[in-house]
Amino acid sequence: MKRLFSRIKELSQDLTVQCMLIMAVGFAIAPGTVYAMHIMEGMLPPKWCIFWYVLSAPFFIYGLYRLKKITQDSHEKNTKLMFALCGAYVFVLSSLKLPSVTGSSSHPTGVGLGTVMFGPGVLVIMGVIVLLFQALLLAHGGLTTLGANAFSMTIVGPIIGWLVLIICKKLHVNKKISIFLCAFFADLVTYVTTACQLAVVFPDPNHGVFGAWVKFMGIYAVTQVPLAIAEGLLTVIVYNLIISNKLWSEESALLYEK
Amino acid sequence: MKNKTQNIILIVLIFILIGGPLVLSHGEFGGSDDQGTQQITKNDPGYKVWAKPLWTPPSGEIETLLFTLQGSLGTGIITYIFGYQRGKNKQKKQAETAAKTSAKKQTA
Repeated sequence: MKRLFSRIKELSQDLTVQCMLIMAVGFAIAPGTVYAMHIMEGMLPPKWCIFWYVLSAPFFIYGLYRLKKITQDSHEKNTKLMFALCGAYVFVLSSLKLPSVTGSSSHPTGVGLGTVMFGPGVLVIMGVIVLLFQALLLAHGGLTTLGANAFSMTIVGPIIGWLVLIICKKLHVNKKISIFLCAFFADLVTYVTTACQLAVVFPDPNHGVFGAWVKFMGIYAVTQVPLAIAEGLLTVIVYNLIISNKLWSEESALLYEK
Repeated sequence: MKNKTQNIILIVLIFILIGGPLVLSHGEFGGSDDQGTQQITKNDPGYKVWAKPLWTPPSGEIETLLFTLQGSLGTGIITYIFGYQRGKNKQKKQAETAAKTSAKKQTA
């Protein structure tokens, strides 16, 4: 018992934990009935809800494993600080509902920065925390659709972003351009996935799954294009700030890891 | 290009991207997920929403309050981290120059 208390005390002094707590409070009160990417509560049949939960679960477990490994193994001093920074970045960006050329509004996902710094694994943890609190306290997304939303935002997005980074590295693309592309695709693909998830469940009565997909793409993805570009640019700015403030040495960004 | 000038250019670009639609387009800027929900009911009019959110913010004002809080808390964390690191770097530099001058004095 005593040990437990001293451990809690130790933890509470840790900066990361403090940041996480602040973030948790923030997530808890994050608002906005017009969150774009999330599938709303009850909008997927029970069968599909279970399907997406089952599909997302292994990624979540892998994310926990990655998180543990990153905090333990890294010789980089600022790993925990960087983790908090990436989490806060997701947090801020998902609160910004921005106008788009299509006349509707949507928000960026912010998963690009974390992907550049840590690879795709850990984003699942940050994302699920955000989605869970939003579902519980803000009527955003939902508990039943959590699996599907987590899959599109925190699993597919970062993995595609990661692949883009690898391809860019192979082609010797400028580092900043590859970071931009990573964030851009991670953001956009999230919405493409949402469109797929909905189209499969709700095919168009006349044009089938594909017809529905085109319509959902029109709603979600087209709105998202300019916002994804903006997110990509912002991610490069933050990356520049990180490097010029020596928060993270340029070589240790996972993108150019040996 | 220096990071600073690059950042300024990028910030201007972001402003154009986000501000542009507000000036040029005359949409209502409603959320795209509301449109998504409408599309669902169009495709499958018989679909029954079988779960409801446990809690919803009571009014638009409360929602805006929470919204602002979310943004400012996240920004707080980010700026804290940058400020902390900046101060640390500065102190390190000062300590180095102080060490150099004292070393010079000793040799003199």
